[in-house]
Amino acid sequence: MTTEQTAELTSVAPEAIAGALLSFLAKRIKTEVAPDQDLFKSGLVSSMFAMELVVHLEEAYDIAIIGPELKLDNFRTVEAMTALVLRLRGASGTADGG
Amino acid sequence: MVTDHTEHRLAIVGAGVMGTNITTLAVGYGVPVVLVDLSEDVLSRARKTIAQKLRHAQIMGALPPDRPHGELVTSVSLGDVAAATTVIEAVVEVPETKAKVLAEVSALVDPGTTLISNTSCIAVDEMAAWVTRGDELVGVHFMNPSYLIKMVEVIRGTGTSDATLQAVTGLLAALGREALVIRDSTGFVINRLLHPLINTAAMLVQEGVASAEVVDGLLEGCLGHSTGPLHTGDLIGLDNLVDSLNVLYERRGDESCRPCELMLSKVREGDLGRKTGRGFFDYGKAAS
Repeated sequence: MTTEQTAELTSVAPEAIAGALLSFLAKRIKTEVAPDQDLFKSGLVSSMFAMELVVHLEEAYDIAIIGPELKLDNFRTVEAMTALVLRLRGASGTADGG
Repeated sequence: MVTDHTEHRLAIVGAGVMGTNITTLAVGYGVPVVLVDLSEDVLSRARKTIAQKLRHAQIMGALPPDRPHGELVTSVSLGDVAAATTVIEAVVEVPETKAKVLAEVSALVDPGTTLISNTSCIAVDEMAAWVTRGDELVGVHFMNPSYLIKMVEVIRGTGTSDATLQAVTGLLAALGREALVIRDSTGFVINRLLHPLINTAAMLVQEGVASAEVVDGLLEGCLGHSTGPLHTGDLIGLDNLVDSLNVLYERRGDESCRPCELMLSKVREGDLGRKTGRGFFDYGKAAS
């Protein structure tokens, strides 16, 4: 693993998470989205994409999204996903406070 | 009609895309499943896929809340289907394979066991000749993903009994599905319409008339399809689609069902759709 990748994995500042998610979405759905835009309601992504978001967040931020956190409202917007990552990173004690 | 989920025990033969879909649906609705396939490797991957699909179903709010999952047992022994109340055949759409599996399953189960084929195109009457008790055979065309799409196409063969139709209706109700029943015909309603549509969409891309994005964009934007034909093909799996198109073409002689070169080349190159990460579209990585 390179230093750069390590930095990406452990960077849990809200702005960094939101920025990385916006880039990920721009690449995957080829559309620029706003942080508060409802991806599902706007028809930008299908229900199949929900699982891709889960897997991406789990791998990128070393978190496990389970139980009651597995609900669509947590994945509707970049803001909601950022909050989810921060919450789960905090709960597992791996947050660096940044 | 038994609509109580605790009264059903399913055996599903074939742990591919549809076998894991139907298993997810049943387990998520509290029905125990024995899932059978040829190798432990396939079954090990299927267990992981089913776990992911259960999470997907939960995110989409597609499962009954507070109902404990049904037990999932995987097996490489077809004999383990014997204790099921219903057996669902979900193997590849290759007549010789379906004939072998259906004949063996039929010989293993007791009379009164409902035998469902999740056939894409092969007619129920054709399959009835392969089993011991044709009156207990019925076609159920689950959609993909089975746990998100509530409607299913039920195909009543000429010999399917009233009791079998009632049993399958009860099972589908226990699984939260809605059924529309049709008479038997190769390809049925959905795939006689859908498969030539996907094949023609691929031909349009092959001829350079429009890109895959544009073809799907038109069907979605102008005709209100929720998923365009080429995205749908990627979801089905292009290898499975070619098998089904061949069944339709051989039996119906419909030229629009002869798999087009672009589709065949994608299959040759291993770009089978979502399950391999790429088909007509790129999905980044293999998705279950």
